[in-house]
Amino acid sequence: MDYAATTPVAPEVLEAMAPYMTEHFGNPSSIHSFGREAKQTLEKARETIATLLEARPEEIVFTSGGSESSNLAIKGCAEAYSRKGRHIITTSVEHHASLDAVKHLSKNGFEATYLPVDRDGLVDLNALKNALRDDTILVSVIHANNEVGTIQPVKEIVEIAHEKGALVHVDSVQVVGSLPVSVRDLDIDLMSMSAHKFYGPKGMGGLYVKRGVRILPLIHGGPHEKKLRAGTQNVAGAVGMAKALELAVERMGDEVPRLTGLRDKMIEEITSRIDHVRLNGHRIKRLPNNVNVSVEYVEGEAMLLNLDLKGIAVSSGSACSSGSLEPSHVLMAMGIPYEIAHGSLRFTLGRSTTEADVEYVVSSLADIVAKLREMSPLYPSGPCKCKD
Amino acid sequence: MYSEKVMEHFSSPRNVGQISDPDGVGQVGNPVCGDIMRLSIKVEDGKIVDVKFMTFGCGAAIATSSMITEMVKGRTLDEALQISNRAVADALDGLPPAKMHCSNLAADALHKAIQDYYERSGKSADAENRRTTAG
Ligand SMILES: Cc1ncc(COP(=O)(O)O)c(C=O)c1O
Ligand code: FES
Repeated sequence: MDYAATTPVAPEVLEAMAPYMTEHFGNPSSIHSFGREAKQTLEKARETIATLLEARPEEIVFTSGGSESSNLAIKGCAEAYSRKGRHIITTSVEHHASLDAVKHLSKNGFEATYLPVDRDGLVDLNALKNALRDDTILVSVIHANNEVGTIQPVKEIVEIAHEKGALVHVDSVQVVGSLPVSVRDLDIDLMSMSAHKFYGPKGMGGLYVKRGVRILPLIHGGPHEKKLRAGTQNVAGAVGMAKALELAVERMGDEVPRLTGLRDKMIEEITSRIDHVRLNGHRIKRLPNNVNVSVEYVEGEAMLLNLDLKGIAVSSGSACSSGSLEPSHVLMAMGIPYEIAHGSLRFTLGRSTTEADVEYVVSSLADIVAKLREMSPLYPSGPCKCKD
Repeated sequence: MYSEKVMEHFSSPRNVGQISDPDGVGQVGNPVCGDIMRLSIKVEDGKIVDVKFMTFGCGAAIATSSMITEMVKGRTLDEALQISNRAVADALDGLPPAKMHCSNLAADALHKAIQDYYERSGKSADAENRRTTAG
């Protein structure tokens, strides 16, 4: 129930990768036949990924994952266009990889605007129109939110930004491999993706860079990846990512409606069987596998640990479970009151999730909530309301 | 990240609930994360004969609440007032550094409950002086 955090490598993917770690271990930069073979394999993987996203092979840069892709897109673009302008627009619900990259830039001579979102987590398009300036070089938005699953109107955002001459980076880490994506149709300029979110290997990702869009590298060195990322490429990783995306796209026709059905059933069951619960994120415009709820009068980490004891892995936006003791910035940006963010839980379904799993999780959650509320001094029907 | 002892108290907490006619009640909110604990005590001959807690908080908050109820039962009020946040955490084989503040909840609620007892019973005590401050 935590597949948005990561997924296991699919058996077919592992099988496809294995030979490139053992027999076919060539360095794609070498000129001899082993190197040429590795280069061919790498380029074939790039082509597969490009085709599935309706991009051109030369528009895909391999990276070490989503965080690197977003950093490369944001910092690389800012640096390349700094003479044109120094203003960047992003949203208040980004993944930390993008958020912190923008923060870093804003400490180094750039100016950032953080767009507000509504209760459902959708960005305010009017705020975007008003925020765009002549010196805005980049708009960076999270395609679908990793916590609450809300999917942004990317196409509209791109249209508005392009009208003002700004480029658009989309963090599609939660979308690629989960829903159909066409970079051509969306007309985006930069797009981040990460293989471990779609049953590919960890530490492998990609950045789509539209032809004609300039970015500067974060990692300098050799001429790899068209000088956008130095370092001997991860051939096995690229093969794994290509295979994983191929499988994901192939199965999407069945998997999207299946997960959507399970998701809706789970939302329905949780909200009907437990009182004082609310769904976080947009009801319809949401990832097919995301259920994020706030349970009032109980704290998220306490629910998370109890679920863990029952073998159910989830994540929480509660301050107590965050390490920083700050509640989720995403829930806060959505205007969700502190106490309610405190009782938030994210369930994310995956390929192996069945209807029986959903049943088990819902009934376990109902029991846990009942038990915790019994000891909660806040629950209104609790034993007594004392002084103080 | 939690010790076995924390998980044990967390999964089967002792003395949950509310004493129906308590001699003292202490409720505190955790300024760090907003969690809340309420502790009620029953006192006879200067000893805590019964204690119950209710907590809205994380795993550590629930475990420390449970632990402190075990630690104070049967103790005199003076002994109970000596129990520090640190002592509760130690009794649980330690807490992760980020969770040390959670143990404040338990000790502070206890001290407040004892203070409440003194106020209700009109007995003056130096409880005020000994009260440790929240961290
Ligand atoms: C929306 C989003 N962006 C970026 C990332 C970072 O990806 P990676 O773990 O590959 O660095 C994640 C993964 O947690 C994510 O969900
Ligand atoms: S009581 Fe909130 S983090 Fe422990």
